[in-house]
Amino acid sequence: MRPTRILLATTSLTLAAGLASAQDMTNDMTLVSWGGAYQASQQNAYVEPYLAMHPEVTAVWDESSNEAVAKLRAMNEAGNITWDLVDVVASDAIRLCDEGLAMEYDPDELLAPGDDGTPASEDFGDLIVSECFIPQIVYSTTFGYRTDLVGDTPPTKICDVFDLDAYPGKRALEKRPINNMEWALLCDGVAKEEVYDVLATPEGQEKALAKLDTIKDSVIWWSAGADTPQLLADGEVVMGSTYNGRLFSVIEEQKQPVAMLWDAQVFDLDGWIIPAGLPEDRLARVKDFVRFATDTQRLADQAKFISYGPGRASSAPLVGQHAELGIEMAPHMPTDPNNAQNTFLYNYEFWADYRDDIDAKFQAWLAK
Amino acid sequence: MVALTPISRTPMSFYLPVVAAAGAFAGLLVGTAQDSSALGVLAGAVVMAGVAFVVTTMVDNEKLSRWGLVIALLAGGFLMGGLPGAVIGGLFGWFFGWFIFWLYEGRYRAKLAPYLTPGQVLWHFAFRVICGAIFIFLITPILVVMPLSFNAENFFTFTPEMLRFDPAGYSLKHYRDFFTNSDWQQALRNSVLIAPVATLLSVGFGTLAAIGLSQPHVPFRRAIMAILISPMIVPLIISAAGMYFFYSRIGLQGTYFGVVLAHAALGIPFVIITVTATLVGFDRSLTRAAANMGANPVTTFFRVQMPLILPGVISGALFAFITSFDEVVVVLFVGSAGQKTLPWQMFTGLREQISPTILAVATILVVVSICLLTVVELLRRRSERLRGMSPG
Repeated sequence: MRPTRILLATTSLTLAAGLASAQDMTNDMTLVSWGGAYQASQQNAYVEPYLAMHPEVTAVWDESSNEAVAKLRAMNEAGNITWDLVDVVASDAIRLCDEGLAMEYDPDELLAPGDDGTPASEDFGDLIVSECFIPQIVYSTTFGYRTDLVGDTPPTKICDVFDLDAYPGKRALEKRPINNMEWALLCDGVAKEEVYDVLATPEGQEKALAKLDTIKDSVIWWSAGADTPQLLADGEVVMGSTYNGRLFSVIEEQKQPVAMLWDAQVFDLDGWIIPAGLPEDRLARVKDFVRFATDTQRLADQAKFISYGPGRASSAPLVGQHAELGIEMAPHMPTDPNNAQNTFLYNYEFWADYRDDIDAKFQAWLAK
Repeated sequence: MVALTPISRTPMSFYLPVVAAAGAFAGLLVGTAQDSSALGVLAGAVVMAGVAFVVTTMVDNEKLSRWGLVIALLAGGFLMGGLPGAVIGGLFGWFFGWFIFWLYEGRYRAKLAPYLTPGQVLWHFAFRVICGAIFIFLITPILVVMPLSFNAENFFTFTPEMLRFDPAGYSLKHYRDFFTNSDWQQALRNSVLIAPVATLLSVGFGTLAAIGLSQPHVPFRRAIMAILISPMIVPLIISAAGMYFFYSRIGLQGTYFGVVLAHAALGIPFVIITVTATLVGFDRSLTRAAANMGANPVTTFFRVQMPLILPGVISGALFAFITSFDEVVVVLFVGSAGQKTLPWQMFTGLREQISPTILAVATILVVVSICLLTVVELLRRRSERLRGMSPG
């Protein structure tokens, strides 16, 4: 698709539909995502509207984002790419891009400008962390706690997680070093800006593990995003980390006695990548869909269904009320000023460089 | 069964310790639920030994004692844990009432041969207890999820409402979700489309292979058999990865037919094994007799051989069907999102969203499996009866 064509296409929806069928586009799309409430928000916010505009198109979901990297490698080796658009976290996008498995794109050519006319590259800004990564949402990994199990003084600081005297009981932590090591160092007295410098040294890594060691006997390790909500609902854990959208669902939709602990929440990004090497007709369809699915209104719509912040700056003012509950969504966004008083910035480059090393140490420590 | 051995009352030194041991076990269960296992063991042993002492020496009226014990433990359970506690307490009361008098009156000895030594009697009951424990161990996980599938909440949790038997704690919404959600319905449709066709292929090829391999003149019989059986022996993940790359090259990956073929390959070994087993008892002179009377081989197969090996074919088909219906690894590789089967949907559902809809589906599948197996068993008995193979 040439850029002029794209500009034309967006001027009018009917015209776009006309052009779409005039062009060589397949009518089947396989979208890969995470399942659950997140995938439902994508389905509601832009897949269904897109299918309504293009009745000839069908979209199939594959809930394989968890193993997207491995599966894309296998597909590449087998020379048989069956996915059209893959939802991955930013760090996976960086890896896929480095390995040449994801397609590089030009933001201003592929993506629609903001509704205020800002070019896409500026509207998304720093969130485009890789040449291949098309940002959708900002989410955070943070803690939730049972309001009925913490006594009269609910936890307010991240370090309360490490305080077994004040908050006895089990905690749920993710079974990987990322985030846990940073939180451990923060609570061991390391200043926020120095965390990654300290974590780069073997002594720093030992220090973080030693801090985690103090609560190891009280930790239940989770690996799927749904685990912590289940454990919290069971009362099996007093507090646990998970994605903020999952906690929103537990608190507001399932009405469980759980509250958020936003302190030192770790921001991360999630977005699309287009697999490299798609045939022309499929690529044309995917480009058409992505342009629609990441425009200002669509990203703002997604926030009606799940409490993740839209990736575009221009979408933020359009975030409204929850589609079913009718509550204002803005206070539940991780980026809301009240929630973001103390946030922690996840360092992609650091983890790209140190992940294997620290992973091995972490797993060895776990097995001890 | 009539009594084999005359019975007499047993001494206190025998039944008190046994009742105390059983009481300790019950106390362990109750105590663990109340966060004090050791105290539970002690209290259970003392209370039950005391009860046994009182009812056998002071009350000595079996009917009255047993009802009294049921009511006492029912009330105790109600005080400790409300309605569910009362149910459990009542059951304990019934059991211990029966158990105390079963031992005290010596009834446990009545149906055993008189010459058994005490050690043999002990083993006789220990064996039954062990069998029962294994049975409970196998069946409990399946039974526990069934009530959870009627949960009114979206978690795998016995809520306080459920434990109080409050109707508000139960709902059919997860069943409704299964029958209305398009993902689940698509998965069900895929499973129902894939499994029978794969079964048909497995049965066709498997039966032919078994009959061919049972002919003594086929060369390399054992080697061929080993290759055909290999999908059952090779780890599934290896077959799956191999199939993935092979099917990708020939354009079968991600197609309906590819998944059917892959599942047929997995089902063939089961059919071969069961059909080969029934062929062992097949009398070859029957086929020669049929040929002698002018029947061609095809007629002979369908009129003579097939009816006789049918039980093997049917049980093989059942295994092949269940293999395909339960299979998740191979379909994850060979299928694409368009061929998402029920196990695949359950697998992703369990990982991404722990929703009791999975339990509702599991319950439905368990019920369907029980119905299926019952029907097959009834058919088998009927055909045996018709052919006069078994009396009755």
